[in-house]
Amino acid sequence: MSKGSQDGVLSGEFFMQGDIACAEGAICAGCRFFGGYPITPATEVAQRMSERLPLVDGMYIQMEDELASIGAVLGASWAGTKAMTATSGPGFSLMMENLGLGIMLETPCVLVNVQRGGPSTGLPTLTGQGDMMQARWGSHGDYSIIALAPSSPQELFDLTIHAFNLSEIYRIPVLVMTDAEVGHMTEKVVIPPVEEIEIVERRKPTVGPDEYLPYHVEPGEWVAPMAAAGDGYHIHVTGLTHDEQGYPVTSDDSAQWPLVQRLIGKIEENKEDIVILEEEGVDDAEVVVVSYGIAARTSLWPIQMAREEGIRVGLLRLVTVWPFPDQQIRALAARVDGFVVPEINMGQIVREVERCAAGQAEVFPVSHPGGGIHDPQEVLRTIREAARSGAEA
Amino acid sequence: MVLETKHNQPDSTFEADGVPEGLDEEIHGRHPLDDLLRTERLPHIWCPGCGLGTSLTCFLSALRKSGLDLQKTAVVSGIGCTGRVAGYVKLDSFHTTHGRAIPFATGLKLGNPELKVIVFSGDGDLVTIGGNHFIHAARRNIDLTVICINNFNYGMTGGQVGATTPVGGVTTTSPYGNYEYPFNVSALAASSGAVYVARWTVLHARRLERAMIQALLKPGFSLVEVISPCPTGFGRRHKQREGLDTLRYYREHGVIDHDADLHKADIGLGTSFVEGNFVNIDKPTFLEQRSECLAQALK
Repeated sequence: MSKGSQDGVLSGEFFMQGDIACAEGAICAGCRFFGGYPITPATEVAQRMSERLPLVDGMYIQMEDELASIGAVLGASWAGTKAMTATSGPGFSLMMENLGLGIMLETPCVLVNVQRGGPSTGLPTLTGQGDMMQARWGSHGDYSIIALAPSSPQELFDLTIHAFNLSEIYRIPVLVMTDAEVGHMTEKVVIPPVEEIEIVERRKPTVGPDEYLPYHVEPGEWVAPMAAAGDGYHIHVTGLTHDEQGYPVTSDDSAQWPLVQRLIGKIEENKEDIVILEEEGVDDAEVVVVSYGIAARTSLWPIQMAREEGIRVGLLRLVTVWPFPDQQIRALAARVDGFVVPEINMGQIVREVERCAAGQAEVFPVSHPGGGIHDPQEVLRTIREAARSGAEA
Repeated sequence: MVLETKHNQPDSTFEADGVPEGLDEEIHGRHPLDDLLRTERLPHIWCPGCGLGTSLTCFLSALRKSGLDLQKTAVVSGIGCTGRVAGYVKLDSFHTTHGRAIPFATGLKLGNPELKVIVFSGDGDLVTIGGNHFIHAARRNIDLTVICINNFNYGMTGGQVGATTPVGGVTTTSPYGNYEYPFNVSALAASSGAVYVARWTVLHARRLERAMIQALLKPGFSLVEVISPCPTGFGRRHKQREGLDTLRYYREHGVIDHDADLHKADIGLGTSFVEGNFVNIDKPTFLEQRSECLAQALK
């Protein structure tokens, strides 16, 4: 296999599977550690990484389970390496505790979930989007998270790179919430020349070990520069609530307040920079389809059909699902009649849309338990219903 | 036999908030290992009579004598009383999640192979909740030194039964005595592929320190099992009211046998137990195996 450019980038046009595009995106982003465990439909990400990483001076290790995979990824990140793992529902569940550790230690890394039908073992080879709320709330305690939802192999490539960049900027594990349909889809993927790919490198401390406080955040900033093990800083980090020095403060809530507020604030207060939305025909819309990932893609045909019927319907595609674009949904709710929310689960993100719409516009879920994509007629029917309901109101 | 001891009188100097200014200098003075400790975090949380102080002293002393580059040495702990070690050592130190110190340490080592990575944690953390990672790290012969403080119970949560509690052991969750067979930590490591395995009690501090030096300098997966008193959680339910009673028990029951058959080296209640430097073999490490394989495959 070709090593690609000096940076390991295989620039060119390919007919490529989504999972493989994800792995190539990671290599482009500078990922040099993958700790994984085989699971359908994410296995191809691990396979590709096991083949590619040794060619670019990277390290692949197949761990004994997903608890260990995410643990090793966090360790590798603290060694100064960009690191990733990929899994599906059952493995994602096992990763939840250490995802919280990653959030608490403020560890940049990327976690890919190629979702399948659940709950439990569910439908290993068939698609689903049932882990969207788990992505937001799955680990215990209060925090905010970033989750991206690619809807094509090209986007799996692009957004995996973007996920690494966001993880470095905000020092947080970033979730790439794709699904079996996109992960196993083979399509044209363009890998640009190295110089056209924007890569964010880790911000290292500029002061010496005597002055450095691992969690001291300068005014106007949200995260501290990050020293790695072996850099000579003798850092201490802990999953316990800690102060600026990284030392535990657990006898009262004096450190808990600023820490938890900052862990949430660094994401929620930076929504403007983080949130990516794609709008199509929203400007004059009376009905807006709010969707993400493969469900957004399968909504394109029913939207087109509805428009041909004279219904003014647009699409708001959530490329970033978390943090949620409250403001944009609120603004739309003030002027549209209804939202239609197709997703391959029994109603998860629709709850967020309802929360933001706050009764100003009616919200229509298009649910699916997983195991396939939506019947476009079902989406079309719901768009018609939303339009009718708006006309009657 | 139970040693008669006088109960310590409460020390009023510790009743105020924190330690009065100058107390550490005047009464305790500087300790020769202070430069390896985050002294600002002392006093530690461990109970009187606990074996963790001795274990940590042996470890820091071994670390210094090993000649390892301390700028490139990291300690990873899990959760529990022993898990707090990471918070006291003045090295790059990571206090992670319960049972997952070894995976974190594996990533740390592979993310930067120049690092020397030590996992310092307890029996509950390493071989009960984290047992799978323990055997797999040994199987891979990954370059980690694991110090396992074995006090036969979960100390921090108040003395519960665990996978190392001897049969018959009375704990807060085995009030009628433990009826499960325990793991023999040293045998588990050896049969999983560890290249260095030693077991010492904290009474045998010099031998323990020497074993730690050997383990630290051994390429591959090394284990030092430290048999350690937990008077609060375990000892006082087994006629060892104070740490000193447990040390006396060690003196009376510990049998040094470096060539012991590890499969017969289980630890029971009130019976003799074996300690020694059991395993010291040479075998290519994970990274050596990997380099060799890739060099062949990719040439």
